[in-house]
Amino acid sequence: MNKVAIIDYGMGNLRSVAKAIEHVAADTQVVVTADPADVRAADRVVFPGQGAMPDCMRELDARGLRPAVLEAARNKPFLGICIGQQMLFEHSQEGDVPGLCVFKGEVRRFPDDRMVGADGARLKVPHMGWNEVWQKQPHPLWANIPDGARFYYVHSYYVDPADPAIVAATTDYGIPFTGAVAQANIFAVQFHPEKSAEAGLQLLSNFMSWKP
Amino acid sequence: MLAKRIIPCLDVNAGRVVKGVNFVELRDAGDPVEVARRYDEQGADEITFLDITASSDDRNIILHVVEQVAEQVFIPLTVGGGVRCVDDVRRLLNAGADKVSMNTAAVNNPQLVADAAGKVGSQCIVVAIDAKQVAPGKWEVFTHGGRNRTGLDAIEWAQKVASLGAGEILLTSMDRDGTKNGFDLGLTRAVSDAISIPVIASGGVGNLDHLADGVTLGRADAVLAASIFHFGDHTVREAKELMRARGIEVRL
Repeated sequence: MNKVAIIDYGMGNLRSVAKAIEHVAADTQVVVTADPADVRAADRVVFPGQGAMPDCMRELDARGLRPAVLEAARNKPFLGICIGQQMLFEHSQEGDVPGLCVFKGEVRRFPDDRMVGADGARLKVPHMGWNEVWQKQPHPLWANIPDGARFYYVHSYYVDPADPAIVAATTDYGIPFTGAVAQANIFAVQFHPEKSAEAGLQLLSNFMSWKP
Repeated sequence: MLAKRIIPCLDVNAGRVVKGVNFVELRDAGDPVEVARRYDEQGADEITFLDITASSDDRNIILHVVEQVAEQVFIPLTVGGGVRCVDDVRRLLNAGADKVSMNTAAVNNPQLVADAAGKVGSQCIVVAIDAKQVAPGKWEVFTHGGRNRTGLDAIEWAQKVASLGAGEILLTSMDRDGTKNGFDLGLTRAVSDAISIPVIASGGVGNLDHLADGVTLGRADAVLAASIFHFGDHTVREAKELMRARGIEVRL
């Protein structure tokens, strides 16, 4: 039995992530948990996040989950989603708050002065909706997902990794930004695979069978 | 490029999808889970539920509807109708909604927008604005399905809720809703140009060109429609094919 822990630190609805994984992965036990012991006992870990990064960091630490998250990020298949991706970096402009420092780099806000589309119209922030995800490296999590497939995004900040080698995908919105990062056992995405219909379900399915 | 979104809207009354004309004469249009799944298969970008259940005894039915839909449909779900406090927002999100829309409660207490956005994040908070034209280039915010005037200017109100932390505006023309005469493009464009958050155009769609007009002429980021999809006149896919043919970026 494949056991996956979805880390619950009180920020947002994790039901959709759990249901989407149950939908694609038979013979899987999905646990939505705030207990570090559950995270340590899991075969794979999903690290989601919604809302503002300062609140997410505070709630994570209030529940004593930081050591278990860092441990999982070192040694098991680990999927970060949205703020769960942003928190892996060193620092965020949102609330000027430090992150978990798994990756070097900054979380930045979309620059107002670059938010202009090809037709001259203003690009709205948050970046909300279905945008093309351009794969920048081959990866087992991209299996059966066409390059340029659309995923659902909703965010105002994006990660800017110091090491370009970890960029797994980019998306264009006024500027090209990093939509996914990958390194060893970690894959982390800014978009929401659990809300991205077929492409998202495929990515989650790929994650559940991934053997990094 | 970011795709313009097509959002079918389901008015839900005591657990059933209904559609009225100018907010009266409700007609039964099906089981919400079935309808939502059909739209997902057609390529809908999101689905919006508007709970119009009047009886307080039946108010929890929408939570079960959302739970059931969220187990089977993996695209964003927005739920509105009768949202009065931050706890209502939380309950809907916990049931599986991705965004919650508020209307009258925000007018009565604008601080609710800030409180809710502070608790769950701006990305989850949609403010629905029902507007009627009161003079050339001027629209007023109404509540209670267009019955009660508020004295608020629609453009100023959109700017205010955006500054309070709303993540998106669902903008409905009460003059056009149910008429099939197309969006109020002047209203849509005026509001969309005035704020930096996305605007969903709503009210009046009678054919597929109306949807495209909402994006090209109204500058909406997303378009919402109910009856043209519910009664089988058109599929979401047909709408997207037409929009693409008119040069609009869509997810197909």
